[in-house]
Amino acid sequence: MPRSHIGARRLLQGVARTLAGALVLGLATLSVTSPARAADAIRVGEINSYTRLPAFTEPYRLGWTLALEEINAAGGVLGRPLEVIDRDDAGKPGEAVTAANELLMREDVDLLMGTFFSHVGLAVSDFARQRQVLFVAAEPLTDALIWSRGNAYTFRLRPSTGMQARMLAEEAAKLDAVRWASVAPNYEYGTSAVATFREALSALRPDVEWVDEQWPPQGKIDAGATAQALAQAEPDALFNATFGPDLAKFVREGTTRGLFEGRAVVSLITGEPEYLAPLGAEAPEGWIVTGYPWDTVDTPENRAFVAAYQARFDDYPRMGSVVGYAAMKSVAAIIEKAGSTDTDAMIAAAKGVMVDTPFGRITYRAADHQSTMGAFVGRTAVRDGRGTMVDFVYRDGAEVLPPEDEARAFRPE
Amino acid sequence: MDFLVIQALTGLASASSLFLVASGLTLIFGVTRIVNFAHGSLFMLGAYGAWTFTSGLGWAAHAGPLGFWGGVLLSALAVAALGALVEVVLLRRIYQAPALFPLLATFGLALMIEDLVRLVWGPEDLLGPRAPGLEGAVTILGQKLPAYDLALIALGPMVLAGLWWVLHRTHWGVLVRAATQDRAMVGALGVDQSRLFTGVFALGAFLAALGGAVQVPREAVHHALDMQVIVEAFVIVVVGGLGNVVGAFLAAVLVAELNAFGILLFPRIGLVLLFLVMAVVLVLRPHGLLGRPEGETRAAVPPTAGCWRPAGATGWAVGLALAGLLALLPLVADAYVVSVAAEILIFALFAASLHLMMGVGGMVSFGHAAWFGLGAYGAALAALGLGAPMAVGLVAGPLLAVAGATVAGWFCVRLSGVFLAMLTLAFAQIAWSVVFQWHEVTGGDNGLLGIWPDRWASDPAAFYWVSLAVCGVAIALLRSIVFSPFGYALRACRDSVARAEAIGIDRVRVQWLGFVMAGGFAGLAGALYAYLKGSVFPEAMAIPVSIDGLVMVLLGGLTTLVGPVVGAVAYKTLAIVVSSWTDHWPLVLGGLIVLLVIAAPDGLAGLARRVARAASRGAGPGGREPAS
Repeated sequence: MPRSHIGARRLLQGVARTLAGALVLGLATLSVTSPARAADAIRVGEINSYTRLPAFTEPYRLGWTLALEEINAAGGVLGRPLEVIDRDDAGKPGEAVTAANELLMREDVDLLMGTFFSHVGLAVSDFARQRQVLFVAAEPLTDALIWSRGNAYTFRLRPSTGMQARMLAEEAAKLDAVRWASVAPNYEYGTSAVATFREALSALRPDVEWVDEQWPPQGKIDAGATAQALAQAEPDALFNATFGPDLAKFVREGTTRGLFEGRAVVSLITGEPEYLAPLGAEAPEGWIVTGYPWDTVDTPENRAFVAAYQARFDDYPRMGSVVGYAAMKSVAAIIEKAGSTDTDAMIAAAKGVMVDTPFGRITYRAADHQSTMGAFVGRTAVRDGRGTMVDFVYRDGAEVLPPEDEARAFRPE
Repeated sequence: MDFLVIQALTGLASASSLFLVASGLTLIFGVTRIVNFAHGSLFMLGAYGAWTFTSGLGWAAHAGPLGFWGGVLLSALAVAALGALVEVVLLRRIYQAPALFPLLATFGLALMIEDLVRLVWGPEDLLGPRAPGLEGAVTILGQKLPAYDLALIALGPMVLAGLWWVLHRTHWGVLVRAATQDRAMVGALGVDQSRLFTGVFALGAFLAALGGAVQVPREAVHHALDMQVIVEAFVIVVVGGLGNVVGAFLAAVLVAELNAFGILLFPRIGLVLLFLVMAVVLVLRPHGLLGRPEGETRAAVPPTAGCWRPAGATGWAVGLALAGLLALLPLVADAYVVSVAAEILIFALFAASLHLMMGVGGMVSFGHAAWFGLGAYGAALAALGLGAPMAVGLVAGPLLAVAGATVAGWFCVRLSGVFLAMLTLAFAQIAWSVVFQWHEVTGGDNGLLGIWPDRWASDPAAFYWVSLAVCGVAIALLRSIVFSPFGYALRACRDSVARAEAIGIDRVRVQWLGFVMAGGFAGLAGALYAYLKGSVFPEAMAIPVSIDGLVMVLLGGLTTLVGPVVGAVAYKTLAIVVSSWTDHWPLVLGGLIVLLVIAAPDGLAGLARRVARAASRGAGPGGREPAS
C-alpha cells in the first residue's frame, strides 16, 4: 500500500513533538525541527474517507497512485517530481479540517485534493477559502459545492448528483410509465437526487405523477417494509438512489417480493462497479443506471487505462479508480498550465484547463469550477454470473450542465 | 387489509433479527453489568464468519440446507469461543474497576475488530448466499412474502423459548438469574462467579453472532455493521428492561412494527423512530417495559472517591503556573501544534463538563454530545444569522445548550443509572435528527459554513490563547462548583439518595441544576469548536462524540477531578497523532486503549498517583486513596 514517505524517524519525531507540545510544552522547543522532505518536490495534500468507506476509497487510492507514478515517470511537473501526502478523515468533517490543517501547516503542501462525502467536501472547501489554498474536490456530489456554496478556491471533478439525475431523467422520459415512486437515503444526496430527477422528468413529461416516496436512513434501510410499501402504491416505475449495503438489501427484498416485476427501475450510480459487483449474479436486469462498465467501454483512453491499472495492481478498476486517477491528472494539468505552484496562478490556470482522463478529455468550467466529466448511462444486465452494463452511451457532463452564465448566477460571489 | 397483514409479518421478521442481537446483550448486562460496546462487533464477526463458512470457502455452497445452517452454527460457535476468550483475558481483570470501565475496554476492542475485519475480508461488501430451500417467496393473501422471513419469524420465539428453558429449567440458569438479581449474594453462597461470567459472556456472544449469521441471506456483509447494530441493540435492551429476555422480545416487536407501519405515514421517520420510542417508554416506565426497580447496585463512582479536597493555595498556584506555561506554547511550537492544542483544550473542557455530570453528579450520560452540538449550532447561528462577533457567539452557544439541557434534564433526572444514561442518548438523537432534517435553519447534513473567528483571533496562536483563557477559566469554575455547597449537595445525591433527601436536599432540583450546568459548559466547548473548525455539521452532536467524551473521562479516571482533563489530552493527542501516521489507526488506537485498561483500571490519573506513591513510599495497593 503506497503510504508515502513517512519514515520511522519522521514518525517518532512527530509523535514526540505533538505529545511534548500538548503535554509538557516548554520541552517542545528541543524536538521541533522541520520535517525532512524530498528536494524540490511539488507536494499535494490528499484527504479521503479511507477507513470509513474503503470499498470506494481503496480503488481511489490505487487510481491516484497509478497517475502519480505515470506523471513522475514522465519527468514530473514543471521538471519537479509530484509527491502526495495522504490522510484519512474517518468520514468526519471535523477530522478532515484537522488533517487539512496538518497538511498545510506541517507538510507545507501546495494544494489539497480528495474527499468523498458531500459534507466533508464542503468543510474542506470552506477551509480552503479561509486559508486561500486550492482544493480539487474529487468525489463530493452535492451541487452546493460549486453553486450555492461555491468559492474561488474549490474545483470539482465528478458529475454531481443533479447532473446524473438529469441524465437519467432524459432516459426515463422515454418510458411509458406515468405513476412513479422513489426510494432514496434520507440525506442531502438522496434528497437532491429525487428533487432534481422529479423536476427534470416533469419538465419533459408533464403527465407523470408521484405516488409514493420512501426515505430510509442511510445504511439502515428496513428493506422488506420499504419494498412492500412501494409495491402497495402500485407505481409503473421506480426511481432509486440507495447504494452500497442498502442497495443489496433492497434488491434482494424487492426481487423476492416481486416489486420489480413489470416495473421500470431508474437507479442512480448503481452501474458503478463498487455497487454492482457485490451483487454478483443477483444484480438486477434492465435497470436504467449511471455507472462505469469498465470492461466494455471500447475507447482508446479507457483501454489504455484498464490495461495499465491491471498490469500495476492485478485488479480491475472501479469508479473510484477513475476518480482518483483523473483527480491526480487534473492536479498535474493545472500546475503544468499555471507554470508555478502559486495559488492565484493555479486558480487562473484551473479555469478552462483541459485534462485527459479514461473518460476522454474533460475541462473545468471557468464560471462554476465544475468539470465536464460525464457518466455512462445504460441498462444493467447479468453476464457470466456478474452484473454489468449494456446498451450504454457516454453522456458528457457539459450536456447536462446549465450554460456557464446561468451557472455563474448560482454562486455567491 | 391483505397488505397490512403482510406488512405486520415483515415487521415480525425484522423484530426477530433485532431480538437475537438484543437477547445476548441483555443477558450479559443483566448478569455482569458490563456495558458491552463490542456486542455489535460480535454480531459483525458472526455475519462475516457465516459468509466465509457458507460461500467464502466454497464447500458449503454445494451442501444444501445442512451446509448453510451448519455454517451459521459454526460461525456462532466460533464467535462464542472468542467471547469466552475475551472475558477470560480482558474483562476478568477489570471487574473490580468502576462500573463503566468495561465500556472503555470493549470500545477499544470494537475499534480493533472493525479494522481487523477490513484487513481479513477486504474493503468490498460481501453478498452471501440465500438460504437453500428458502430462496423464494410464499404467497399469503395474494401478496408475496420471502420464505426466509417466515423462518426468521419462527426463529425469534424459538430462541426465546430456548433461553427461557435454560434460565428456568437448568441449574446454570438458576444461577444466572440469581446473579442477575444479586451478584454479591450468589458469590457469598460459594458460586464460582468467574465461570458463571465466562459462560454468560460466551452465550451472549453466541446469540450476537447468530443474529449476524442469519442476516447473511438478507443483506450484504460489510465493516460498518457493528456500529449500526450496537445502538439499536442497546435501545431494545433498555426498552425491554435490563436483563429481561422476554422484555427484549416485546421491545423488538414494538420497535419493528412501529417502523414497518410508521414509514407508510411518515417516510422519514426511520431516522429517529427508535429513539422516540425509547424516550416515550422511559418517561412512562422508568425501568423499561418489563423491568423492575433495582436494589442498590454498585454506583458508577465508589463512595470513597467523594473525599476530594479543595486545591488550596498551592494547588491554585500550580494551576496558574501550568496555565502560564501553556500560554507560552505558541512561542515554541508551529502553527499546526498550536491549533491541535486548541482542539485538545476544547475537548478537555468537554470531558470536564461530562465529569461534572458523571463523576460528581453520579448521572452517566450517553448523549453529552447533544449539548456540545447545540453549543456549536448556537454559535454558528448567531454568527451567520445575526452577523454576531465571536464573543457573542461564545455566549449564544452555551445559552442554546442550557435551553436544551433544561428541557431534557427535567425528564432525565427522574430516572437513574443506565436508564438515565439511555434517556440522555434518546434526547441527543432526537436533537440530532432535528438538526439533520431542518434544512432551512441548520442547513441539514450539509451543515453551516463560514464560522471563522474574528480577525483579531484568526491567527492560530491568537485563537489558542482565546481557547486557553476560556477553557482554563471554565475548568477552574467547574472545580470550584465541586467544592461549593451546591457541589456537596450534588455529591450527596450521588452517594446516597435516601440520606441526601433525609437531610432536606431536593434531589431532583439539585440534579437538574447539575445537569443544566454540565450542558452549559459542554455548549461552551461546542461553541469554541465551531470557530476552530469554521463549520458545523450534525456530526458535532452525533453518538461518536458522546462516546469520545465517555472514553476521555474513563481513560483519565472517573474518580479523580483531574482525570477527565488528563484523559482528554491523552486520548485526543493519541487519536490525532496515530491517525496522521497510519490508516490502521483504529487497530493501533484500540490496542492502546485495551493495554491501558489492563495497566490502569483506575484511569491514567490513578496510575500516575500509584506510580508516584510507589516511588515515594515503596509499593502498596493503590487506587482508592482520596484524590485531589
